[in-house]
Amino acid sequence: MANVPGELRYTKEHEWAKLEGDKARVGITAFAQEQLGDVVFVELPKVGAKITAMKTFGVVESVKAVSDLFAPLSGEVVEINAELPKKPEVVNADPYGKGWMIVIKLSNAKEWDGLMPAGDYEKLIASAAH
Amino acid sequence: MRYISNTPAQQREMLATIGVGSIEDLLSRIPTKARLSRPLNVPAAMAESDLVRHLRALSALNANADDYACFLGAGSYDHSVPSPINHLISRGEFFTAYTPYQPEASQGTLRSIFEYQSMMAELTGMDVANASLYDGASSVAEAALMAQAVTERNAIVLSRGVNPLYRQVVETYCEGPGIRLKSAPVGDGATDLDALRKAVGGQTAAVVIQHPNFFGCLEDVKAAAEIAHAEGALLVVVADPVNLGLLTPPGALGADLVVGEGQGLGVPMSFGGPNLGVFAARQELVRRMPGRLVGATVDLDGQRGFVLTLQTREQHIRREKATSNICTNVALCALMATIYVSIMGKVGIRKVGELSTAKAHYAAETFGKIPGVRLRFAAPFFKEFALELPKSPERVAKRLMKEKILAGVPLKAFDRSQKDCLLVAVTEKRTRNEIDAYAAALAAAVA
Amino acid sequence: MHTAKPGYDKLIFELSCPGRHAHSLPSSDVPVSDPAQLLPKEHLRAAPPELPEVSEVDVVRHYSRLSQMNYGVDTHFYPLGSCTMKYNPKINEDMARLAGFARLHPLTPEAAAQGALRLMDELSRDLAEVSGMDHVSLQPAAGAQGELAGVLMIRAYHLARGERRTKVLIPDSAHGTNPASTALAGYSVVELKSEQNGEVDLHDLERHLSDDVAAFMITQPNTLGLFESKIHQITEMCHATGVQVYMDGANFNAILGITRPGDLGFDVCHFNLHKTFTTPHGGGGPGAGPVGIKEHLAPFLPTPVVVKDGDEYAFDWNRPQSIGKLQAFWGNFGMLVRAWTYIRTMGPDGLRAVSDNAVLNANYVLKRLEAEYDRSAPGPCMHECVVSARRQKKLGVTATDIAKRLLDLGFYAPTTYFPLIVEEALMIEPTETESRETLDEFCDAMNQIAREARDNPQPIHDAPVTTPVRRLDQTGAARQPRLKWTPLRT
Repeated sequence: MANVPGELRYTKEHEWAKLEGDKARVGITAFAQEQLGDVVFVELPKVGAKITAMKTFGVVESVKAVSDLFAPLSGEVVEINAELPKKPEVVNADPYGKGWMIVIKLSNAKEWDGLMPAGDYEKLIASAAH
Repeated sequence: MRYISNTPAQQREMLATIGVGSIEDLLSRIPTKARLSRPLNVPAAMAESDLVRHLRALSALNANADDYACFLGAGSYDHSVPSPINHLISRGEFFTAYTPYQPEASQGTLRSIFEYQSMMAELTGMDVANASLYDGASSVAEAALMAQAVTERNAIVLSRGVNPLYRQVVETYCEGPGIRLKSAPVGDGATDLDALRKAVGGQTAAVVIQHPNFFGCLEDVKAAAEIAHAEGALLVVVADPVNLGLLTPPGALGADLVVGEGQGLGVPMSFGGPNLGVFAARQELVRRMPGRLVGATVDLDGQRGFVLTLQTREQHIRREKATSNICTNVALCALMATIYVSIMGKVGIRKVGELSTAKAHYAAETFGKIPGVRLRFAAPFFKEFALELPKSPERVAKRLMKEKILAGVPLKAFDRSQKDCLLVAVTEKRTRNEIDAYAAALAAAVA
Repeated sequence: MHTAKPGYDKLIFELSCPGRHAHSLPSSDVPVSDPAQLLPKEHLRAAPPELPEVSEVDVVRHYSRLSQMNYGVDTHFYPLGSCTMKYNPKINEDMARLAGFARLHPLTPEAAAQGALRLMDELSRDLAEVSGMDHVSLQPAAGAQGELAGVLMIRAYHLARGERRTKVLIPDSAHGTNPASTALAGYSVVELKSEQNGEVDLHDLERHLSDDVAAFMITQPNTLGLFESKIHQITEMCHATGVQVYMDGANFNAILGITRPGDLGFDVCHFNLHKTFTTPHGGGGPGAGPVGIKEHLAPFLPTPVVVKDGDEYAFDWNRPQSIGKLQAFWGNFGMLVRAWTYIRTMGPDGLRAVSDNAVLNANYVLKRLEAEYDRSAPGPCMHECVVSARRQKKLGVTATDIAKRLLDLGFYAPTTYFPLIVEEALMIEPTETESRETLDEFCDAMNQIAREARDNPQPIHDAPVTTPVRRLDQTGAARQPRLKWTPLRT
């Protein structure tokens, strides 16, 4: 039973986005954290950084792997999760809740329509897993 | 063939198990036109006693520091190598093991590296040191690359007091990443701080000074740190850890990275390699550091254990995004250094520094009394100094060789403006008699 | 379950006792010995460094006990793939320690270092002959540095021809140092897909070749232990577009005396002396990574180059197009002595016997394992084989588990999870110096583990239990790194 909340949207690189007015909250999916294993470190951009959809905005590290984080949407980083540097394990425990990574103030709201809805993402991860 | 155990009979049995007639059948994928159709044209195999005789003769052609009094320095030093080191590192479990990929079966190596990291951090006055890099020169290069990544700036200012051979290596490493190198001149032996201040700007990723520097002179590390930090650049100090038992560690003077050559810590000079690249950093830079790191942890039973950690910085995981391309460290040389520091201890390592500087000052004073010979620089020096001679340093050195003295490094090849100078290093191993004999020979040579 | 063994769990700092010492230094024999009288005060440490105070007995016992916590080639079969953990001859150690070599300062005047220069010249000629290359630089400190040197020479070559190419092609099966070294040389890395058996996909290669590609880097044989049989085609295709071809020499042990990179069309190759040429692995180095090149790259060699003029040897520093230097001095000379000694010990027939037996041993292991473990490719392998623990994974036993169980059964584990293109990969390189009996013991153990995976996997999951520590918390080590000893902490 895949953990793919319906109200969020997704990228093919396994990030999720939650629309909050003119902003979006972003993190990595339950599938992503499971693939990575125990997260040991998260590198996030500074507040104020400008990011572009599908370009990298940071890095998430586990013991044996490291993954780039891809921005689902373009805009300016207005908030970063200060918990993560101290407690990276939160990403594993609660990827959609306390494990959020950044909040972007969107520069192009139309980009939201290009993101994958939950159903499509579920299909993507079903075919990836063997 | 003493390194190959299988007899022809065993080979035949193995081939039968595999189901082929000969080893040639196993090479069938190799196109015929790729095959070497003749034996290799390398010299015929030598029996062990012949080999030993041959190499003894070849090695005897070299003026080594057991037969000659060695006053050569410039990045490699004839410091004492306590006797237990060779015995311990020759234990097969140490020198025939490889990278500790299976930590449970590599606790010996991992613990000794952890000790090494601790000792280097303590000597340099820094928060963390890695498990070693190849040599002092490439450590400086790695520091330059790291400074670029951390500050996102593209220029490095190197004092002319940094070993010119190190500078060449930095240039080679900085070619690909497009890092520009600028220089700050040396004044009367130490870096000209006014010139340094002018050279450092908003695009400077790091300032690099060597302490003591290539000419043996002590630098004002604190002032250099202030200059670097005022512009948001890192300060990289190139240091010789064997001196840091006595000298104030660069970490206490504002260094962000301390790098250098650890050969003096019990590693044989061996015509320039293998060496021991030291690399130490402040805490907040740890995840950007190149090279291996060993960390403490616990096992399933809560027992203390050690593992390679923060490996995601490294090439085997990050590949083209790795902090560096380095794969091996120089584990066996790091082990030599670890044992050296254990043997010297807090008291001995200070004494090595005290003896080296005392003898160097005695030598400088004694040589300076010879007419026509003087110290080139006025800045305070530690265990090395540049001697200005009235005759060609190369010729003088050649004459002193006849007295079984390796007099020093002529500086012309490194810096044309110092062509009248000989760089003389004096370690704790040089006796007063050796120094007096040098003085007598030198006086005759320049008369 | 866990058998309690009397463990040794001390660090040298914890043996420290104020007043103990192990050093033996002479008293000062010069008039002024107080550093405070010789140096400005601010340069002197306020307090001595917090380093151990131990006796010589403490030191010897401590490091001897630590050594006993290691597996090494001298004590255990050590089948790490592509690492060539072959026997390290003891004569090499004796020769490297001759005073004329070990006690020689690098800046000794050349006229007084002729023995060292001659050895370097002879070794570079031997390596050139073994590889079919025209020149060999002995300067790089390790394979990764050899790669960097090779890629920088290729870069200099293109620039000298007025071409600024920006890409290097590397197969997805490559060792991580390949893309890392390439990126360091300022190139962008383009990853090519391999075929099922790890061979280069010629179509993918063709698609990517262009005049913006500087080089193609491959390992021969490849990282699955298979010879790239289409190599002539590959090098021809590359040269037709002006692309230089680089051979990662990590797997040289498979081809000594059988084939030579220079004859296959390679422009550059590096050697790992700590692999093929028996210099000791040392717990993780030092290595030595000489790099061989074809004539057209000669102007770009690292400086200085050893040259021979009649019977005299010297360093040539007059190399205006050189890529520069990789190390302060001339190379890991101590390792060069060992490699020279090995080559003279083996001679041409001995070197050929190395690759023959390396290939024989790897194929024997592959044959004895194939009932229980999936091959990664059909046909004979070369000096190493890659098997997949795919079947075991379905039973909940991973490559990691198998590795740990092997430790309990008295073997160091093969490489796991490399190459990346094989699922649950176990890469096994027995080397030629192992006996059939050892190989049988290893294969028996591997097959036993496969049976245990089916019938009784608990010992596998618990493994290792006979080592000084059990499985270690890598996550904790990475989340809260503790990288040095601090007092009153473990």
